[in-house]
Amino acid sequence: MAEAVAPLRRRTVRVAPFVWGVAVLGAALAAGVALGAVSLPVRAVVLELLDRLPLIDVESGLDARQSAVLWQIRAPRVVLAGLVGGTLAVAGGAYQGVFRNPLADPYLLGVAAGAGLGATVVIASGGGGGAVLTVAAFVGAVAAVVATYALGRAAGGRSTATLLLAGVTVAAFFTAVQTFVQQLASDTIREVFAWILGRLATVGWADVRLVLPFAAISTAVLIAHRRHLDVLAVGEEEAQTLGVPTTRVRIVVVLAATLGTAAAVAVSGLIGFVGIVVPHAIRLAAGTSYRIILPLGFVGGAAFLIVADLVSRTIIAPAELPIGVITAFVGAPFFGFILRRSIQS
Amino acid sequence: MRRLLLVLVLALVAAACGSDESAAPATTAPPDSTTAPATTAPADSTTLPPLQEPGFPVTITSDAGTATVERRPERIAALSSVFVEMLYAIGAGDQVFAGDLFTNYPPETDSLEKIDSFNLNAEAIIELDPDLVVLSFDPGDVAASLEAVGIPAVLMGTPSSLNGAYEQIQLLGDATGRSSEAAELIDQMRTDIKEIVNELDGKARGITFYHETDPFDFYTPNSSSFVGALYAALGMENIADAAPDEFNSGFPQLSPEFIVEANPQMIFIASSGESVETMAARPGWDQLSALRADGTVVLLNPDVASRWGPRVVDLLRAIAQGVERFYETL
Repeated sequence: MAEAVAPLRRRTVRVAPFVWGVAVLGAALAAGVALGAVSLPVRAVVLELLDRLPLIDVESGLDARQSAVLWQIRAPRVVLAGLVGGTLAVAGGAYQGVFRNPLADPYLLGVAAGAGLGATVVIASGGGGGAVLTVAAFVGAVAAVVATYALGRAAGGRSTATLLLAGVTVAAFFTAVQTFVQQLASDTIREVFAWILGRLATVGWADVRLVLPFAAISTAVLIAHRRHLDVLAVGEEEAQTLGVPTTRVRIVVVLAATLGTAAAVAVSGLIGFVGIVVPHAIRLAAGTSYRIILPLGFVGGAAFLIVADLVSRTIIAPAELPIGVITAFVGAPFFGFILRRSIQS
Repeated sequence: MRRLLLVLVLALVAAACGSDESAAPATTAPPDSTTAPATTAPADSTTLPPLQEPGFPVTITSDAGTATVERRPERIAALSSVFVEMLYAIGAGDQVFAGDLFTNYPPETDSLEKIDSFNLNAEAIIELDPDLVVLSFDPGDVAASLEAVGIPAVLMGTPSSLNGAYEQIQLLGDATGRSSEAAELIDQMRTDIKEIVNELDGKARGITFYHETDPFDFYTPNSSSFVGALYAALGMENIADAAPDEFNSGFPQLSPEFIVEANPQMIFIASSGESVETMAARPGWDQLSALRADGTVVLLNPDVASRWGPRVVDLLRAIAQGVERFYETL
């Protein structure tokens, strides 16, 4: 990956991929809002959404129930999927940059498992949701990423496979602790279980409001560090010669990516592979600079998860397929492909 | 480009936050009446108000919070087999159109729509256009989604006693316009249960037993669970009561060793696919005196033994008959 980066010259980033990205996201948003178990006329949906914008007042023709379906159930879910997907994709891209490891991903580094443990402890102890859940998830996630990194180093350098194996080990341990906590509180076991598989079922805008500030901070910090990540990709020493405070950058990037992951996990459970599928798809399609990967990653991650959620809530209606199943179904083969490529190179 | 995206996101969010309250549960006013408050109502007075049904609207409170049922529901989705049984028993069967995948009693329920209640999609339920939804489990917060679109939802988990079951029956009665039928059913159940207990005349007191629901991990109801409370009411001694249940789940996990060591006088099998033979074939279990030729094993109907509906009477009767058999072998 490193050879394509030219940190010394400010090459302009091409605009075309962004146009495509926004177009795809727009299409995903439109499909997500227009389609669902309750069939609503597309025209009315468009008018209704326009009507919700400030200063615009049109009559959509939807009755009170249809309007509530659109606005209380479907729209928040689509927006939440977009925020979670975008945040996870940017976090995944950032982990890959900071660990200089194409296989890094919130899920595989154990970060999601750590966040899951933190959140499970809160759910099982019956103590509050919302921000408490996010903070607990963040604490667990930071513990996991520190453990993974320390274990990876102790086990011998920062080779691609070592870090991943450390991540798998840490994830297995945190998952075991999580299962134990779950067993202790068997009355909440189903709630936790449903949440482990990942879910975006939400009512109204509360979850969106909860995740939005964390997602915004995390994504903004990471995108602000896109050039630093490009420089880091060349190598630690080179980066230092170029005046990049590598240690500080690493810590800030890891914390920001972990915060984003934790917030995403707190509202939607464990949704894997977004952080690996999206950045790599962008690398293949649009280029390997983090100036492209991170901003476009948000757009692409949002589109990916919106579509995955659309499949999850329609494919076996009236039941719902957990969204984690769908992202894994797409993501695991893709991961195999990336693994093969990275070992060959 | 990024600025454009930001503007887009901000606009969406602003719209989301701004109009949350206005989209709250369906108001009763028709959409075209926004300009006309009560004063311009002469047009309305010419049309007759809807016939007021006795008992409606009714406000019901369950684990899903408070819901208002405006008129007698005619299209109920009862997404748990136990609620289907309760509704049929109070004569509200005609008002039910859907049950869950386990729904199989009474036989008339064959024709109901069967819905997988474990991973419900809120929109899909709304699309079926129910006028009352009864749930026993709701991790995805479907009840809140239903409330948001003005469909009343009731959420009730497993009760820990007979009284809890009676309360659920009465609540379903009140919600469906069958209050008196529900009260009658509860009276009948109380009478039947009293009769069974009287007839047993304390014979069950002190008998030790094991009630098997889980042949794999041996999670076993103790006396603080619903089914365990029935045995406890007869004065029977549950071996699971000696097992630690720190978290008050009502279902402590036993081990095969623990069960063999306890050597209960009677065994009740409430798990499907198990029998005296399969139990005796487990390593070490042939030592259990209840599994010997002169021992007493009672095969319970797993559905009846796991539902807290009107057939609880049948369950208690089966237990009582088992106890009688146990005495005959003494």
